[in-house]
Amino acid sequence: MSIVEILPRVRRIKLPRIDGLTQWIVPLVILVGWQAACVAGLVPARVMPAPTDVAAAGWKLLVSGELLQNIWVSFWRASVGFLIGGSIGFAFGLANGLSELSNKLTDTTLQMVRNVPHLALIPLVILWFGIDESAKLFLVALGVFFPIYLNTLHGIRTVDPQLIEMGRIYGMSNGELFRRVIFPGALPSIFVGVRFALGIMWLTLIVAETIAASSGLGYMAMQAREFMQIDVVVLSILIYALLGKVADSASRLLERLTLSWHPAFQKH
Amino acid sequence: MTVQQSLRLSHADARRIDPPAGLEQAFATQARRPADHKASRGLSLTIRGLRKSFGANEVLRGVDLHIPAGQSVAIVGQSGCGKSTLLRLIAGLEKPTAGSISFSEDTRPEDIRVMFQEPRLLPWADVLSNVEVGLGRDRTSPDAKARAETALQEVGLADKRGVWPSTLSGGQKQRVALARALVSHPRVLALDEPLGALDALTRISMQQLLGRVWRDQTFTSILVTHDVAEAVALADRVLVIEGGRIAHDIHVDIARPRQRGSADLAALEGSILRLLLGSGDGPDDAVTDL
Repeated sequence: MSIVEILPRVRRIKLPRIDGLTQWIVPLVILVGWQAACVAGLVPARVMPAPTDVAAAGWKLLVSGELLQNIWVSFWRASVGFLIGGSIGFAFGLANGLSELSNKLTDTTLQMVRNVPHLALIPLVILWFGIDESAKLFLVALGVFFPIYLNTLHGIRTVDPQLIEMGRIYGMSNGELFRRVIFPGALPSIFVGVRFALGIMWLTLIVAETIAASSGLGYMAMQAREFMQIDVVVLSILIYALLGKVADSASRLLERLTLSWHPAFQKH
Repeated sequence: MTVQQSLRLSHADARRIDPPAGLEQAFATQARRPADHKASRGLSLTIRGLRKSFGANEVLRGVDLHIPAGQSVAIVGQSGCGKSTLLRLIAGLEKPTAGSISFSEDTRPEDIRVMFQEPRLLPWADVLSNVEVGLGRDRTSPDAKARAETALQEVGLADKRGVWPSTLSGGQKQRVALARALVSHPRVLALDEPLGALDALTRISMQQLLGRVWRDQTFTSILVTHDVAEAVALADRVLVIEGGRIAHDIHVDIARPRQRGSADLAALEGSILRLLLGSGDGPDDAVTDL
């Protein structure tokens, strides 16, 4: 078999794999450079432990069960807070997008609340809930509420009015119009809200756990700081980065599954 | 009202325009072909004293019109003359300010369908589901899919049933929109510049398709267009709207199938163009010269 015959096949097989790996080249280079700098003694271990040290600390915590326990606690808080805040935001977005009355009643109030940085409520929340679970859930829910509310509202408002007119001409009931025209039309915008909200979700949770918690990743990092365990602090930060990436990938996957009709998501 | 009468009436204030020679010819052989419309399943409609205002702006100022069942009518006029408003009123998309539109029989929503300049397909539904939308209340019936497939076959897109609309060309999208409008076997089809956004070649093949489905399905067809060539190629009758009124009512008595670019079509097209352009501000003798 000549090389000309083989080449196209090789390219066809290899391209997707390279594509999937490309995104990891930069993190990998950073990791290797970091390790090299530590081994060469350019960075003192007090300032930045080598990746291998961080991995060792991670292994120790993994074996003791502490790491998974803390990740689980944080993950639970993040997802429950996200679900609560996200569904309330979605509900308000729907109501205000579909009903002018509801919009007039609540939008101004919501816009005022939106302009208060939700992390500024931490002192108040501690007074209300102590360092209870509900404090963290409240803050996360409040944080994810707004991006989902705003983008749901925007998505519904910007559904092509010509399509809505078309739906009415063809005799769609209000429910059908919502299911077949308005909701699918708003979905791309809702997903933008979800991705924003995921970022805010982690940010809020970590800040809340650092300030007022007795478990979770933020707490683990603060604990480690007390005992000068810089490897554990760095480990926590790396885990945040990974969890953020996982959440983002999950929402992208969901986007690809539900928006396969969208030209931006079609495979070429 | 005969055409000559309507010409005189509407041009009492615009004497510089003589009735064009091509029109006289068309009038001379005005005999209708009643046999053509006997078997029609289309509806006839009668419009009396129709007016429509948007705020202080009166768009239609008293339209009286009778369209027999199965006729193919084209409405032409300068932009802003009210031709699209007239169509939207007939299709029930707007409510008249005064006057009435009545059909020969009681109509169901499925009997009157509209096709717009934009295809207005649901981008998140595949081609077949988009056509099924056109069934209206019959969407849930067991033969919905089969009927949609038949309609897709009629417009020659049976092989595209499963694809997303975004992968289709402009002409293909408009054919899907046509299938959606036809799937409920409407008795009146209102077309609001349906080919306006298409390129010249696609437009010609779409005109042939429209002509064919009109002949096959014998609905009453009302086409708003800015393309006079399209109007004379497709219609039995061309209405020229000026200032919110029907200024000319021209019967196109040219045998079908019509030959695109033939002398009689071109002559009629030229005279209608002169009417249209002459009603503007420009000097009427210069309008068709290049």
